Order: sequence, then C-alpha cells, then structure tokens
Amino acid sequence: MNENCAIEVHNLTTTYGGAPVLWDVDFDLPAGKIIGVIGPNGSGKTTLLKTIMGLLEPSSGYVKIFNQDLSKMREKIAYVPQRESVDWDFPASVFDVVMMGRYRKGNLFKRTNNTDIEIVEECIEKVGLTEFRNRQIAQLSGGQQQRVFIARALAQKADIYLMDEPFVGVDAATENSILSLLEEMRNTGKTVLIIHHDLQTVSDYFDYLVLLNTRLIAKGTPQDVLTEENLSNAYGGQLTLLAKVANLIKENQFPIREKDVDL
Amino acid sequence: MSDFWIILTASIVAINAGLLGCFLLLRKMAMVGDAISHAVLPGIVVAYYFSGDKTSGLLLLGATLTGVLAAFLIDFLSRKAKIQGDASIGITYTLLFAVGMIMISSWMQGNVDIDMECVLYGDIATIHMDKIIVDDNLYLGPRAFYVEIIAFAIIGLSLFFGFKGFKLLAFNIDYARSLGINTGKWHYALMTLVSLTTVVAFEVVGAVLVVGFLIIPPATAQLVSTKLREMLLFTCLFGISAVISGYYLAVWLNVSITGSMVMVSGIIFFAVLIFQRIRNSSKQKIEFTEELTQYDQANK
Amino acid sequence: MQTFIDFISFKDPNVFYVVIGMICINSSSALIGSFAYLRKRSLIGDAVAHSLLPGICLGFIMAGEKNMIYLFFGAFFTGWLSTYLVDYIVNKSKIKQDAAIGIVLSSFFALGIVLLTFIQNGGYSDQGGLNHFLFGQAAAINKDELILFAVILAVIVGSIILFYRSFIIVSFNSDYAKSIGLPVRSIEFLMTSLTVLAIAAGIQALGVVLMSALIVTPAAAARFWSHKLKRMLFIAVVFSVFSGLLGAYISYANSNTPTGPWVVMILSIITLISFVGSTKRGILARYLKARKNKSKILLENILKAIYHYHERQNLENDLNLVLASAEILKVRRFDTTELQKGLNQLIRRGFIGRENNNYFLTEEGMTESKRIVRLHRLWEQYLLKRTSMDIFHVHSGAEAIEHILSPEIEKELEKELGIVGIPKEDF
Repeated sequence: MNENCAIEVHNLTTTYGGAPVLWDVDFDLPAGKIIGVIGPNGSGKTTLLKTIMGLLEPSSGYVKIFNQDLSKMREKIAYVPQRESVDWDFPASVFDVVMMGRYRKGNLFKRTNNTDIEIVEECIEKVGLTEFRNRQIAQLSGGQQQRVFIARALAQKADIYLMDEPFVGVDAATENSILSLLEEMRNTGKTVLIIHHDLQTVSDYFDYLVLLNTRLIAKGTPQDVLTEENLSNAYGGQLTLLAKVANLIKENQFPIREKDVDL
Repeated sequence: MSDFWIILTASIVAINAGLLGCFLLLRKMAMVGDAISHAVLPGIVVAYYFSGDKTSGLLLLGATLTGVLAAFLIDFLSRKAKIQGDASIGITYTLLFAVGMIMISSWMQGNVDIDMECVLYGDIATIHMDKIIVDDNLYLGPRAFYVEIIAFAIIGLSLFFGFKGFKLLAFNIDYARSLGINTGKWHYALMTLVSLTTVVAFEVVGAVLVVGFLIIPPATAQLVSTKLREMLLFTCLFGISAVISGYYLAVWLNVSITGSMVMVSGIIFFAVLIFQRIRNSSKQKIEFTEELTQYDQANK
Repeated sequence: MQTFIDFISFKDPNVFYVVIGMICINSSSALIGSFAYLRKRSLIGDAVAHSLLPGICLGFIMAGEKNMIYLFFGAFFTGWLSTYLVDYIVNKSKIKQDAAIGIVLSSFFALGIVLLTFIQNGGYSDQGGLNHFLFGQAAAINKDELILFAVILAVIVGSIILFYRSFIIVSFNSDYAKSIGLPVRSIEFLMTSLTVLAIAAGIQALGVVLMSALIVTPAAAARFWSHKLKRMLFIAVVFSVFSGLLGAYISYANSNTPTGPWVVMILSIITLISFVGSTKRGILARYLKARKNKSKILLENILKAIYHYHERQNLENDLNLVLASAEILKVRRFDTTELQKGLNQLIRRGFIGRENNNYFLTEEGMTESKRIVRLHRLWEQYLLKRTSMDIFHVHSGAEAIEHILSPEIEKELEKELGIVGIPKEDF
C-alpha cells in the first residue's frame, strides 16, 4: 500500500434502516493535506465521517488508518462532531470541554496531571479563547463554540482530524482564523478531513477533494473534481435512479451485497 | 429522635437519587429513570416472595436486575422493534409495574410488609421500628439508614472514580465513542446504579415518588449552575432542603411525609424558575432603557 | 366457567356497566392516543394521568363528598394545567421535555398524595373510593359515570371526524400546517383537551399510574399492522377494547385484584405478538422476506451462470446446449446442496430442463436469464457513467442489484444510457 496514505476507504457501504447511505465508496486519502468532503444534503458526508470513526458499522468494506485497523489507531485520529450534535446548555466551561480532549480509554479513572493542563491551556490559546476559558459554553457565540470543539480536537494531539462542518454558523473573521490554524496544522504534517458545503470557497480551502452523492462521484485535486460533469452528476439530480434503487432495496429489505461476490 | 433519623435517612435518599439524576437529566433520560423506578417493583416482590425477608441481599440483587432489564427493554423496543423512544418507555414501565401489582394482589394478600400503599410512598414514618440495637442502651439508628449509607458509598465511589466517563457520556456520546470508549458499558453502569438507588429507596419512599427525588432537585440545580460539580452540589442542597421542610410540613398537616417532600421539591423548582425569569426580564428591561437613553443622547 | 357465563350474561348488573364503561374508555384513549403517538408526545399522557390525582382530591374537598361532577372538573383542570406547565418549562428554561414531564408528573402526583392523606386523616366520610383512582377498579363504575364516559367518547369521535384532516396535518408536520394557514395552536389545544378528557375518563378503571398505557400501547401495537391512519385507529381501538374487556373479566373472576394491571398485561402481550407476527413489520415477516430474497438471488444467479456458460461457448441462443452441475460451478461458486435445491426449483418453475443429470435452458429460462444478465450489465454501465467507479469495481458493485431492479427502472436505465439489447460483457 501507498506509504503516504492516511485513510484508506475500501468498498465501503453503510446502510440506514436498510437503505444504502454510502454505497461502494472506495478511495485513498493522502497524508499531510487539507481534504474537503463535498456533496449535496443527505449525500452521506456525515455518515462517511462516522463510519471512518467507527461510530457506524459498515455493512461491507473496511477503513484503514495508516494501513492499520482503527482500533489500533484511535489515538492518532480526532473527531470534531457537528456543533448541533451536543446540548450547549451542559454545565461545563470552555476549559472542561477542551480537557475532554485529553481523556483516553486508558486514563478515564486517573486524575488529570499537569501535562494535560498545560496542553489544554496551550490549545485554548491557539484558538484564541484564553479570556473565555472559565465561561460556560452556553454563553459563547456560534464561532466561539466551534473553536472550543477544534481546541478539544487539538488537545488530542492526533495526526488525522475529521471535522463535520466546522464553518457552519461561523462569521467570516472566525472562518479565516480557523482556516489559517488548519493550514498551520497541515504544514506540520497533519491530515485534516473537512465536510464542507460552500462550493464557492472549496478551491481556495482544500488541497484535495472528495465529491459524494451516496456514491463516490469524484476524488482528486480541486481542478480535477470541480468539472461541470462531476458537479452535475452530484448536484444536478442526475442520480434519481440511484435513489430509486436505494428505496427499492429498503422496501424489500434486500441485502445490498451478496456474500460470494467474486469470480 | 425518630424525626432525626427520618430526616437523615431521607436526605441520603435525596443525595443518592439526585447525584445520579444529574447524569440522567444531562443525558435526556429523565423518563428512563422514571421507568426504572417503576420497573423494579416486580423484582422486589419476587425477591421478597422467595426470601420472605425485606433485608436480604438477594432482594436487592434481584430487584436491581429488573431495573437494568427495563433499561434493556426500552433500548430493544426502540431499536429493534422501531417503536418511538417515548412510547418504548411508556410501554416498558407500565408493563413491569402491572406485573408487580398483579404479584402483590395475588401473592401478598394481607401481608403487612409489601402492600400498594408502601409502593406509593414507602414506609418512611415507620423506618425507626426496624432498627439496629447493639444492647439495650445503644441505639444505632434504623436499618434503612445503613442500607442507604452503603448505597451512598457505592454511588459516591462510582461517581468519583468514573466522573470523567459519566461526564463524557452525558456531554457527547459520539465523541466518547470516537475516543474508543465502550459507551455501552458506561450506559449500563449508570442504569445499574439508578436501579440500585431506586431499589434501596423503595422501602423508604416507595417506587412511584422516588422519581421526584431523581429528577426535580437536579433540574432545579441545572437552572442555577454553570459547572457540573456545581450542579451536583446544588442538587444535594436542594434535595436536603426539600426533605427537611417537607418533613415538618407533613408533620404539621398530618399528611404523607414522602408526598410532602416531593411536593416541596416541586415548589422549590417552580420558585427558582420564576425567580430566574423575573430577574432576567428586569435585567433585559434595564438594558433596554440604557439603550434608549443612549439612543436619545445620540439623537441630541 | 360459571364465572365466565355470569360475566357475559350480565347476570350482575355491575358487569354490564363495566363492559360498556371499558368499551367507552378504551376506545376514547386508543383514538386520541394514536394522534399523541404520531405527534411523538406519548409521555405527555403519563404526566396528565399522574396530575389528575390532585384535581380529584381538590374536587372532593370542595364538594365535601364524592360528587362526580366536581371530581371530574377538578381532574380536568389539573390535567390540563400539567400539559401547560410542561410546555412552559420547556419554552422558558433550558430544561428539556423529558425532564419537564418528570418534574410536573412527580410534583403533581406528590401534591395528590398529600391531599389524599389529608382527606384520609381529615375525618371526611365517604372517602373510601378515592383509593381506586390510584390503581383502578373497573367494578366501581356506576351508571352516572357511564353516561359521562359515553359523552366523552362521543365528543372525541365527533371531533376526530370533524377535524380529521387538521389533526393529521398538525400531527404529521405542524410547521407545514402553520404555513398553509391552519390555526395550529387551537388545533393543538383541542387535541390536548381531548387527551385530558380521555385520561380523566380512564383513571377510574386503570388508575393514575397505569393509565398512560392506554394512551401509548394500543397505538404502538397498531402501528405494526398498518401504515394507513384510519386502519391504524381502528386496530388500536380493537386491541384496546379487547384488552379492557378481558382485563375486566379477569379482575371480576378474581375479586380483589385491580383491573388496571391486567388490562396493561394483555395490551403488552398483544404488542409483543404484533412485534413478532405482524404481516408488515413483524420479525417473522422480515425473516420470511429475507428467505424469499435469498432464494430469488440463488435462482437468478444460477440462471446467470448458465447463460454465462452459453456465452463462453459463443452459443448465446442455443437451446440445445446441455451442461452438468459441475460446469455451472466452474462459472460461479455455489454451495453444492444449495445449487441442487435451486436447480430443482428452477425445473419446477419450467426455466430449465433435465436430461440424465445434465441441464439445459428452456425458452422461458433463456428469456429470464437474458433479462437478469442484461440488468446486471445496464447497472454496470450506469455506475461507469455516473460515478467514479472504475472498471475493476463495477462488477462487484452491480452484483446483487440486478435482482432488485424493477421493469420501470430497467426502462429508465435504457433511456438514460441509450442501450438496446444486452451489453456485450461483464466487467
């Protein structure tokens, strides 16, 4: 396998209630790049991230992180969920949430040590929230909340970062500062995979793109991916047939793959 | 003297239930707590029927398992049978509670220890009759008190050592799983603790009203706290205040002690809620007038 | 047996009241409960049921006796207040709905217990029956109450008939209802009031703790059997009334046992049976469907393999070509017993014929196998055209899909790809 491959997704199919949401998706992602995942609403972007993260069980195919199983690479990979996925009324301060980035399977029962605290302070500073470190998370703006999540991921000290829509509900200034932070991370060799929906900015933001609509439509550099044909395949309603078949599969509770596929 | 022991025992019930209730509430599983507290009834009756003794460890174990079973059943109904989450809770607890009631009405005829009244509000007024006496002069307090203390030790230690895990689970379960944490184990650990709490509280406050201890003080605390530790602390304070004032109110009016405690707890909740609303709206009013004056000055 | 005959012959006039009462109560709650279920507000019923207790006690204290009208209006008032408070807490604070329900439920119930013990210790005469509201005693239903229950049922049925469409739209999507100008608030108010009415009617028989089962469980059980609302309402009513009557009978036959628990038990058993045996969503139906799918896939794969064999010999249309099962296995891997079973079934269906342990396609079998191979290849072409799949992956991506493509989809594929006949090759 390619030495420079951060994430290998092999023939991945994930179903929801019987219908395929991701269907035979297959790609390798290069390390040390900022990679965008784009596609219309309901095209399986979040499902892709969750399947890579092991939060959803694929019905076929597999994911490898640096050629290893996810279970061995947990500490190398950090996940930033959608901002709406948590209840921001939770009684916790910025510091508390970022500290969760230092939690590990192995240290849940241990007390936090000084190294952890130093790392957390440093990450809060990196996202520019030091003056808010003791504030309750409900009393932050949308952009600040997003930065808390990014700081938490930074505190994990991972090599790969998966971010689900980090630019949603964020003002332009914050978006720029997040972006320069991501570029800084890339320059130190980190891989960042981002779900994004604003087609205007994709070619400026990303080194590599994955275009999804249940199926993988295209992958590669922005120039290669952002062709008219690819975009109309993904966004232009050209895939109605695909949706109809997915629906048939769901209605008939049909297996999406047979056990004996080769030959 | 019995006043003192009743208040002390009920306070520990309130602390045990409240601490766990905080995590249930933050996980939006308050009604699962309600379901578990109803669902332990058949477990308690079966264990009592076979051991013939309210104090047996078998009783606690058996009944605790029924509560965990209820949590499992709710999960099963909503995931496998695709019944809505709400409805799964409703179906599970009414079924298990009904089973318990049928057992009581057919096995426990005329039994003084378990009857439907005790299911409703426990035996808090008489807990001092079942007491631990070392010799004639040394009265160590009611047995229920010691049961609660042991439960408190278990819950306190679990929460102390598992604090990070329970907190992570409550804040963001997907994130916890992304760290490779087995969230299923933590979930059932919490369910077991809740079940244990409601089982040991059964004797004191009954199966139905315990939910008031489980949910109301944490909810009140959530209104006023900005940190999890703060919320846990306030929960204990609100719980204990409700116990003390509820007790004296009950004595004064000659009514059910447990009912009165939970009722006072509810009153405290609504008082805090309304106080907060008034304060917030007056704050907004001040800000609004300030804005107006600024606007006026700017226009001049 | 004797008790059963006594029961159905209404020998005891009370039995007649109970039967009619249970029919009214259970139909009311099943009907309005179905809408609550669709609105995903099942547990509100729980809060309402518990909150009736203080209302009943207040009504009793005000009247000084068990006056049905006072009790009923007291119950209706506190029941309604509880739904209002739940909404108030959710809208005005950071407390979420489930916790709000728990808070209201336990506070009101505690208040009810306080009032109940106040009445019991306060020297009121005639307070004996109040206990029945806790756990339910259908036998205590009397003639006046029966009339009340019938009126409530009539009101609920009437409202549902009158406002059927509004109820559906509001239950299904209240934002949409607002956008087309329906008075959503008033409709929700009406639905809530009807729910409180139904619950208030039922607690006499079921008790406050278990009453919410009559709201939730029939709807959940009926949901397994139908996707159509009207049919679902009907099934929910049938399930609920059946459980009510059976429960009342068991309680009658074993005097001293409360009615509520038995009704709930029977309802739950019906739900379980529905879950297992329902023709639409039950696990049994799902299992049968999976088996059917599996056999369809096997048969079609065998036909496909035989056709591939034909292709390899360049004898696509030759009906005289015979082959042994070993040769099929060279084209595609099959489990040998499965293959034998499949071949036998294909012979029975007239797709293939047998000649001394050799097999050949019949004319029908030829058409069918061509159809399947064609679908597979059309799908491959579609994947190549529309997705980034390369020629090394399309074949496995199209496996399994040819078995499900319908004739309409086949036509659309033809149109989109501009292909007639069978594309030449599998990838």
